[in-house]
Amino acid sequence: MTNWNVILNIAKTHLLTKIKQTATASLGVTFGIGSYITLVCFMTGLNAMLDNLILNQTPHIHIYNEIEPSKKQPISLYDNVGESFNVVHSIKPKISQKKIHNALPIIDHLEKNKDVRGALPQVKTQIFYIAGSIELGGNLTGINPIDEARLFNMGDYIVEGSTEALQNTDNGILLGIGIAKKMSLKVGDRVQVSPINGGVFPLKIVGFYQSGIADLDAIQSFTNIKTIQRILGKANNYITDINVKLYDIEQAFPLSKKIEQQFKLTAIDIKTANAQFETGTTIRNLITYAVSITLLIVAGFGIYNILNMLIYEKMNDIAILKATGFSGKDVQLIFMSQAMIIGFVGGVLGLLIGFGLTSLIDTIPFKTEALPTVETYPINLNPMFFVIGFSFAMLSTFLAGYLPSKKAKKIDPVRIIRGQ
Amino acid sequence: MSIVLEAKHINKYFKKPVLFHVLKDINFQVKKGEFASIMGKSGCGKSTLLYILSTMDTDYEGELLLNNKLITNQSRDHFSYIRNKHIGFVFQFHYLLSEFSVLENVMLPAKKLAEKSHEEIEHDAFEKLKMLNIAHLAKKRASRVSGGEKQRIAIARALINNPSIIMGDEPTGNLDSHNAENVFNIFKKLSDEQRLSLLIVTHDEDFANKTDRIIQMADGKIIS
Ligand SMILES: Nc1ncnc2c1ncn2[C@@H]1O[C@H](COP(=O)(O)OP(=O)(O)OP(=O)(O)O)[C@@H](O)[C@H]1O
Ligand SMILES: [Mg+2]
Repeated sequence: MTNWNVILNIAKTHLLTKIKQTATASLGVTFGIGSYITLVCFMTGLNAMLDNLILNQTPHIHIYNEIEPSKKQPISLYDNVGESFNVVHSIKPKISQKKIHNALPIIDHLEKNKDVRGALPQVKTQIFYIAGSIELGGNLTGINPIDEARLFNMGDYIVEGSTEALQNTDNGILLGIGIAKKMSLKVGDRVQVSPINGGVFPLKIVGFYQSGIADLDAIQSFTNIKTIQRILGKANNYITDINVKLYDIEQAFPLSKKIEQQFKLTAIDIKTANAQFETGTTIRNLITYAVSITLLIVAGFGIYNILNMLIYEKMNDIAILKATGFSGKDVQLIFMSQAMIIGFVGGVLGLLIGFGLTSLIDTIPFKTEALPTVETYPINLNPMFFVIGFSFAMLSTFLAGYLPSKKAKKIDPVRIIRGQ
Repeated sequence: MSIVLEAKHINKYFKKPVLFHVLKDINFQVKKGEFASIMGKSGCGKSTLLYILSTMDTDYEGELLLNNKLITNQSRDHFSYIRNKHIGFVFQFHYLLSEFSVLENVMLPAKKLAEKSHEEIEHDAFEKLKMLNIAHLAKKRASRVSGGEKQRIAIARALINNPSIIMGDEPTGNLDSHNAENVFNIFKKLSDEQRLSLLIVTHDEDFANKTDRIIQMADGKIIS
């Protein structure tokens, strides 16, 4: 049976009469938790931003036809030489393999899968941009602009013009900003494109595309799928790539394997394609937690020290309490409550300070060429961080208070009374 | 007459720095309402005996009975309870919690015992302070009262749970003769009127002579 009223009252009196030490100890925790919240919100915000830079516009599964030589060469189909040993030198792949056969039925099939948010066809090709006397090599991708904007945030990467404009303009082109700079083109100008197999087609510039990756922006442009099929002189079932977006990114790997088996196509899932990205995220998280935990451990030692001192100063009180009938456990609880009160007050203040600082950072302008969609420093205000921060404050003060309070529990009143 | 406290064959050794036999076969009884004093030369083991009797020191041989119940070899928590409920202890030096008010100091053991409501405890504490003529100090901080006053506050605290016995280790040791007289009168009144048992260690010959019985100690033994 523990009389919490009495114990908390004694703890409170001790803390209030030593308000300076109490404040110092609490501020240690405040500092630790405050920096943890600030750091972790900022770092994970940064992580999310960098991830989005790549992952938002990257399909969860990218399906295409890898150009590779047929595994079965025609000669092996010929029965007359079946018993003999055939050597075929200098095997070359067929060019027609770029196209995905039966692309439209495959898209229909994928759209019916309940894990799939959408499957979009694309036509990719190499072309030359021609404006006046300049010729630049590059990629032109035929897309369904509105769907791309819906599923892959295409709109975020358009700096002038819009996806609607592209959708509604026949022979329109969304030009990579790097190409536009090199060729000094404006929206509304015309640029001529020439596919590898010949011909020149004038296209009207409806907007500029900026992914934030300079190398990509210097070659990549977009147009309607119909337009590119016309430029290439292909039928409207000519599709080279299918991009799939899922509801749950974790399904990407198993589904990609299934597609590969089912359709004999190459299907790359997002994790495989961007493995290096995950590593970066992991390492940044590691640094964040290492720094935060160090701060909290330092704060913990502060509390440990102050409680030790407090117990040393309160030897007499401890002896009196024990002589008048308080048990060792009561005395331990008195000092544990002091530690927990320090942790609680310091922790809550730390959360408030962390919240204040992150809110402040969230308003600081952060403009960079590479990230057209970012206006201020990125902050990830995840409530989970606040829960973790607070639990950590309580845990570290508990550990810091445990040893000194254990010592107080064991103090022999007779020794103190004799020592007087 | 019923026996409140009984010591049977108490032996105590200090093992450090050298083996030292402090208490040698101590046997005695304190009856209900009896006011007994312990005298003896400095270093003969009076304080040591008192710490054992008050259950604060458990490292001894022999048996201790409180209200005819054996209380040797019980759990520490139970000893805490016994000290809280049955034993009032008054030290030579006025041991008070200096950051608390006088009233809070007196109330603390009763709050720990938690047998009464807060209001009852406060009322009782006031009564004890009044009886000791220090009710006007109730709201003062314990660090801001005089030595003689502190001694009386400590007595009030020892009385708050209406214990079976009060033990004192030279409670008048550093009081002037007037205050010492005052404390003696308080003890005498408690033993006469409330039939409280008292066991007081003292070096004050006059004080001891006025008590019901003097227990003389020498060299860790009771000699009379
Ligand atoms: N912790 C200890 N370790 C070893 N010896 C001790 C210890 N405490 C006390 N002693 C010795 O035990 C003996 C008895 O001490 P105690 O304090 O009981 O004497 P006392 O009769 O109360 O003396 P006084 O009248 O001076 O208070 C003394 O000789 C003392 O030196
Ligand atoms: Mg002594």
